[in-house]
Amino acid sequence: MHDLSPITALGGSAARVETVGAVTLTERPDVALASVAARRGQAEACATALTRLLGAAAPAPGKSSAGDPFSAVWMGPGQWMLSADFTTHEDIAAMLKDALADMASITEQTDAWTCFDLTGQGAFAVLELLCNVNLTTFHAGNATRSTIHHLGCFVICTEPDTSVRIIGPRASAGSLHHAITTAMAAAL
Amino acid sequence: MTPKNRLDGGQIDRNTTLSFSFDGKQYTGHPGDTLASALLANNVRLMGRSFKYHRPRGPMTAGSEEPNAIVELRSGARQEPNTRATTAELFDGLAARSQNRWPSLKFDVMSINDRFSNFLTAGFYYKTFMWPAAFWEKLYEPIIRKAAGLGSLSMQADPDDYDKGFRHCDLLIVGAGPAGLSAALTAGRSGRQVIVADEDFRMGGRLNAETFEVADMAGADWAAQAVAELSAMPNVRLMPRTTVIGAFDHGIYGAVERISDHLPTPPTGKPRQILWRIYSGQTLLCAGATERPIAFNNNDRPGIMLAASVRAYVNRWAATPAQRVAIFTNNDDGHRTARDLHAKGVKVAAVIDTRADAPGAIDYEVLSGAQVVDTKGRLGVTFVELKLADGNSRTIECGALGVSGGWNPNVHLTCHQRGRPQWNGALAAFVPGGTLPPGMIVAGAANGAFSTHGALKSGADAARKALGLEGRAPELPQAEDAPVTQTPFWYVEGCSRAWLDQQNDVTVKDVKLSHQEGFRSVEHLKRYTTLGMATDQGKTSNMGGLAIMAELAGKAIPEVGTTVFRPPYTPTAIGVLAGRMRGTEFHPTRLTPSHYWAQERGAVFVEVGNWLRAQWFPLPGETHWRQSVDREVMATRASVGVCDCTTLGKIDVQGVDAAAFLNKLYCNGFAKLAVGKTRYGLMLREDGIAMDDGTAARLAEDHFVVTTTTANAGKVYQHMEFVRQCLMPDADVQLISTTEAWAQFAVAGPNSRRLLQKIVDPDVDISNDAFPFMACGNITVCGGLRARLFRISFSGELAFEIAVPARYGDALMRRLMAEGEEFDVTPYGTEALSVMRIEKGHAAGNELNGTTTALNLGMGRMVSRSKDSIGSKLSERPGLNEDDALMQVGLRPVSRDDKITAGGILMRADGPVDAAHSQGYVTSAAFSPTLGSMIGLGFLKDGGVRTGETLRLVSPLTDLTVEVEVEVVSPHFVDPEGERLRA
Repeated sequence: MHDLSPITALGGSAARVETVGAVTLTERPDVALASVAARRGQAEACATALTRLLGAAAPAPGKSSAGDPFSAVWMGPGQWMLSADFTTHEDIAAMLKDALADMASITEQTDAWTCFDLTGQGAFAVLELLCNVNLTTFHAGNATRSTIHHLGCFVICTEPDTSVRIIGPRASAGSLHHAITTAMAAAL
Repeated sequence: MTPKNRLDGGQIDRNTTLSFSFDGKQYTGHPGDTLASALLANNVRLMGRSFKYHRPRGPMTAGSEEPNAIVELRSGARQEPNTRATTAELFDGLAARSQNRWPSLKFDVMSINDRFSNFLTAGFYYKTFMWPAAFWEKLYEPIIRKAAGLGSLSMQADPDDYDKGFRHCDLLIVGAGPAGLSAALTAGRSGRQVIVADEDFRMGGRLNAETFEVADMAGADWAAQAVAELSAMPNVRLMPRTTVIGAFDHGIYGAVERISDHLPTPPTGKPRQILWRIYSGQTLLCAGATERPIAFNNNDRPGIMLAASVRAYVNRWAATPAQRVAIFTNNDDGHRTARDLHAKGVKVAAVIDTRADAPGAIDYEVLSGAQVVDTKGRLGVTFVELKLADGNSRTIECGALGVSGGWNPNVHLTCHQRGRPQWNGALAAFVPGGTLPPGMIVAGAANGAFSTHGALKSGADAARKALGLEGRAPELPQAEDAPVTQTPFWYVEGCSRAWLDQQNDVTVKDVKLSHQEGFRSVEHLKRYTTLGMATDQGKTSNMGGLAIMAELAGKAIPEVGTTVFRPPYTPTAIGVLAGRMRGTEFHPTRLTPSHYWAQERGAVFVEVGNWLRAQWFPLPGETHWRQSVDREVMATRASVGVCDCTTLGKIDVQGVDAAAFLNKLYCNGFAKLAVGKTRYGLMLREDGIAMDDGTAARLAEDHFVVTTTTANAGKVYQHMEFVRQCLMPDADVQLISTTEAWAQFAVAGPNSRRLLQKIVDPDVDISNDAFPFMACGNITVCGGLRARLFRISFSGELAFEIAVPARYGDALMRRLMAEGEEFDVTPYGTEALSVMRIEKGHAAGNELNGTTTALNLGMGRMVSRSKDSIGSKLSERPGLNEDDALMQVGLRPVSRDDKITAGGILMRADGPVDAAHSQGYVTSAAFSPTLGSMIGLGFLKDGGVRTGETLRLVSPLTDLTVEVEVEVVSPHFVDPEGERLRA
């Protein structure tokens, strides 16, 4: 076991949590991520294998799939971003490589991103100040790429108006956090 | 005490009294008032001075079309000029000031301009201030700006915040008058997603200003009931205080919501305004209509207003502009104002109707076939002079005059995509026509349906049509459906100082003058006279100008056409266009994994794109950056230094064809790179010019990690995706950025291996034999943490780059510092990094400047002829391969104390100094602590064979008098044989 202490994307030793009104923004350093990109001619086989891993169909465009231990977001043709609990799946890339073998290229993405959960009644009121997502049709299981404060982010709906996951670039975590918290103060 | 002109009734909350000031004097009003209505209630008609002649002016309208009652609101940094008193919502403590007057509104010195009005006609500036030309900028313009101008700026930063937001709907309804509300009810009940935006703080439009009934109740009550029903619908979003400012492509509308303008200051954290981008499937424009004035002599005195605006003040705001009011009209609508005034107990002095067959009245005098020819009153109208039907004159005393020339549909948003309105002869007005923005339907008065019933019906019908609703049409509430006839009557014959555009002081005479001087196009008329410019954009004046122009040209109005309506519909604060993106939040900031550690060390940071990088790490006692940088360089070259190089782009390239892909991408060969090896690579653009350089490390047969320069990380990734998707669509290649996933540190210097040996796990052999120059591999560090190690060197020293998952970067940097203490390890920043790479002769962004080729960079032989790679063919162009092509060289000053300036131009030792004789230029320069003098890299014609030559370095941009003698040397100042990095 190595002895290096991690810091979160916001620079702390523990996850940052902010609450405004009924909405809470939680930094989620405990999310492990890896990209899965099907090799040539393997998109269907890869989707099938993912279905086994996820316990649900590999998500279609604009969709996500929440499962245990793995969840997934569609990212592009034959491409998905998989996530799992960091504490048990820090080596998510190696685990997926074992499961998918030569079907897909796997890349560790855990620390390329910072993950925030925006939860509580009114989360959509915050979101509409941040990104151009059609919230009238943003149902649970919908996911999209959108820019927030000029940053390319994944926006995933887990529960309309009450639970949204935002995954943005890690190095800009401070700017993204600032954008979300100012929007919370403005909207709530 | 109730103010003098406050009437009974109205939609104001009399339970609460608000106090406010205008030009320092205190007044009271109520919630629901605008600044203009409260001032009128307090018997204040004079609210401003006109732009050019400084004539006294009062409100002409009761809405956003207001040209005259332009004031400054608030004070200090929040002072906002050019705000319409007619839309400013009253709040307790509001401080408003008139503008464009000195020393006071009632006594304005500059009103002398009015006396010289004969000289100050249209085109005055163009004709008068022509000579001498040099005087324009220094003398004339400042004087004119001071004399004219409108409000003043605080010259302080705006303390408020603004937001931007995005909303989506099936149907956007612009305007919540009878048509808009009727449409909203129809659409809302269908369950579809509806947004209703209205610029007013109270929805209802004209229903709030009229007395007639809808569904057997007051129109305002029906509107309130409709709003209440709509508020309860989860699929309907009501947006009062929201102006739709523009109709843009693909059903996108810009809308400014005024969140806090009706409050003294925005509540903590709340924005002042929000710019919404509304994505609508369909749009209903229910923007209503604007009443048009009639021009006659001195028709601009305070108290002279549009008749329907008088009615709005009386009915909605329970405020009359005077106790005795006359009406001048050419249509039946003007008579409504007289009836409502009379009903409220205001004395109607007379109704002057231009029509011979005007309807009569019992309660007040109606003068048929009469016209107002002039008015009197210094700071407000006191008398109007009439020409009666029989030709006789008559003077009537009144404190206000309501004028009605008919109504113009508000077609503005229909024209934002270059559509032109069409002339409707029956209404004598322009109505929406031609090509509307896709998805837009127009209803209500905006489409020429002027009766209440017409508005309700057309709104409901349009909503059904827009949403494709089937079934029986909804039952409409009972409402008046009086026939509307409008006949053209633009100005009173024989008038001269009759104001068409009160905001820009354009008279009937000015329009005639411009015609006389040959301006035939309506667009030229606008520019020459300024008709229709400024904050009101001619909402009350354009039609009059067009009509007179048409008459003079002997054309019909539609032949003259209109000027182009452009966004924004009403004045929009620049702040709301910027939103939150200002100051330090102008762009997002990227922090390196060692940022917090570097901050603790007192690092000085530099912005590199969005990244903040440590530039150098000053130590106590160092007073100049050079001291820090020289120390960092010397310490690294003497022992070991560490630098965060996470910012370099890292792109994960996988797939069976990954090697073939890189072979195509880089001009040098990659197909045969062994697993566990790294290679320097140069990418060319299609045209053969160098695009970017970096390394590619082969971690497995089907797995590479490509690095790019910090500046080009995004561009290179984009380029690679293009190649993958478009040039090699059948290749098995997968790409993803991992730049931020890994914290990567350069560990450089003769002791770098010894330091790293304390970090890497015992089973990892990094000896020179096991891990030679350009080796790479997946390893573990600090007891099992996955890491990547690359033996590459930018500094020219024995060096490694070590990468760990970003979250551990901070800890690894601290560990390197702790373990490196015995070697006096030194963190170094981008300055030392740059000095060392110049000393080593490594190209960077300065050399890869978009004009240079591999040949120029001294890497001509790297371009493989044995394969096809992007840019290789065009790099063979003769023009890029001339005998005297620029070649990268090193430069040292002959006199060691001399300075080498980056950007300087190289000239021969003797001969002329001019562009034609340029021998090349300097791309990078630094003080080399290793050599003890400045050194430079540059491009020199045929530089490969000019080593030892002395040149002159000049810098025409900085100082032409300075010439520095420089010697051409090898660009590899340090360790030219590369022994150190292979050690």
